[in-house]
Amino acid sequence: MIDEKFDAIVVGAGMAGNGAAYTLAKRGLKVLQLERGEYSGSKNVQGAILYSDMLEKIIPDFREDAPLERHLVEQRFWMMDDRSHVGLHYRSEDFNEEAPNRYTIIRAQFDKWFSGKVREAGALVVCETTVTELVQDAYGKVIGVKTDRGGGQIHADVVVLAEGVSGLLGTRAGLRKIPKPTDVALAVKEMHFLPQETIEDRFLLKGDEGVVIEAAGTISEGMTGMGFIYTNKECISLGIGCLVSDFQKTGRSPYQLLETFKQHPSVAPLIAGSEVKEYAAHLIPEGGYKAIPQLFGDGWVVVGDAAQLNNAIHREGSNLAMTSGRIAAEAIFQVKSRKEPMTAQNLSLYKTLLEQSFIIKDLKKYKDMPQLLHIQSQNFFLTYPQLVSKAMQNFVRVDGTPKIEKEKMTLKSFTSARSWAGLFGDAFRLARAWR
Amino acid sequence: MATADPAVRVEDKLFQNRYLVDAGRCHIKVRPHTTPTPALKALLTACPARCYELNANGQVEIAADGCVECGTCRIIGEPSGDIEWNYPRGGYGVLFKFG
Repeated sequence: MIDEKFDAIVVGAGMAGNGAAYTLAKRGLKVLQLERGEYSGSKNVQGAILYSDMLEKIIPDFREDAPLERHLVEQRFWMMDDRSHVGLHYRSEDFNEEAPNRYTIIRAQFDKWFSGKVREAGALVVCETTVTELVQDAYGKVIGVKTDRGGGQIHADVVVLAEGVSGLLGTRAGLRKIPKPTDVALAVKEMHFLPQETIEDRFLLKGDEGVVIEAAGTISEGMTGMGFIYTNKECISLGIGCLVSDFQKTGRSPYQLLETFKQHPSVAPLIAGSEVKEYAAHLIPEGGYKAIPQLFGDGWVVVGDAAQLNNAIHREGSNLAMTSGRIAAEAIFQVKSRKEPMTAQNLSLYKTLLEQSFIIKDLKKYKDMPQLLHIQSQNFFLTYPQLVSKAMQNFVRVDGTPKIEKEKMTLKSFTSARSWAGLFGDAFRLARAWR
Repeated sequence: MATADPAVRVEDKLFQNRYLVDAGRCHIKVRPHTTPTPALKALLTACPARCYELNANGQVEIAADGCVECGTCRIIGEPSGDIEWNYPRGGYGVLFKFG
């Protein structure tokens, strides 16, 4: 199929792969990017929020032609029980700025645009081609790939594995293990179409302003999970995800959770009358710092979701993906400029640079968080939301009960559900994991 | 064993999606068995496209036409050898319009 040898082969054309391929091609390397979808984006699923800063570091003037939906002016956190939500909303006019900080995007459209930039930068992008195998020499060094297009091996000095969260190649080749059910969440999502004005009325928006709602509580039925509602121009992305191990354990189905979430009295009016045009599902790395696998080896690096780089607490994934792709590319470029071989020792520069970036620093900060939330899911996702909701109702409902009695009732509901030791223990564990 | 709530019809959801089905080449294979393992049983409910069903003999079967390629069944079923998971051939499978 392709006889020439490349400086680098990038497997996958999501955020990480595009970030890597673009940066490598811009630096003048000879790049082949292979994508199994019919175009970049057709297999990619995300909420999706784009963080400007990380894309600016790759394509500074992206706002000129990138397909962006709405810039976000408001963030809502909801703690939900079956009939109510307790919300923390942050909306600021500061977000109506010259160069907004966050946008909603639709991945199929955005990735297509990003891929166009990769081609313009000079990379050879080949779609509808599944990479089936990594080619290794007698010493285990990765020297190329095989695809389902036949034609034998394609060789390169280095292979960038941007193959997504459950990437087959790296796990089959024994470069890393397949993620554990406790370390990945399964999220399902629907695209709800509504007239633009209806979305703007329901969310109090003008122009291209947008809102993000992140919701947790009884919607995940005691499992570790979250729901989300993102406003796009003419549609709303709505979804919910829980740990795969929790689905496995409870026998609950993701689409059941999605239906319950949609019918919640706080959610239903937002999507009333909408037309659903797509149903998607995707895995999200949730293991954090402790789940990061070996990131480099002789002739290869792994980036993005495949490297489990996702900040579950701040709901950041695609920015870590594109940044890890860019950093891997910069490391490869440096090794190449020194005319040195792509050995594990030389490619360890990628990990060094990653450790100096926000990626590893952020993931390290929350390294104990996944375990805490996963093990204590009943308390954090069921008991506390119910208690907080009850406390709020007790606070606002006027029924002639003296306030001192009401406060005692609220306190009692917490201590009887969780005990003083449990409450202090949870607060302590949460504070320590957050630190 | 938990079964799916009949009120939610996944088929209606999948109907909105675009697919290019690679007829006769299912990208996921279930290991032949007489009684399903716990991992296989979990796939009946965990698969978001409900690709896994019990047949008349109580064995788990797969029909992957509606597969959204999330990889959940691979995470649950591949380590134990219950299923074999490959990507569909290039260009085939689900084609997300929005993603």
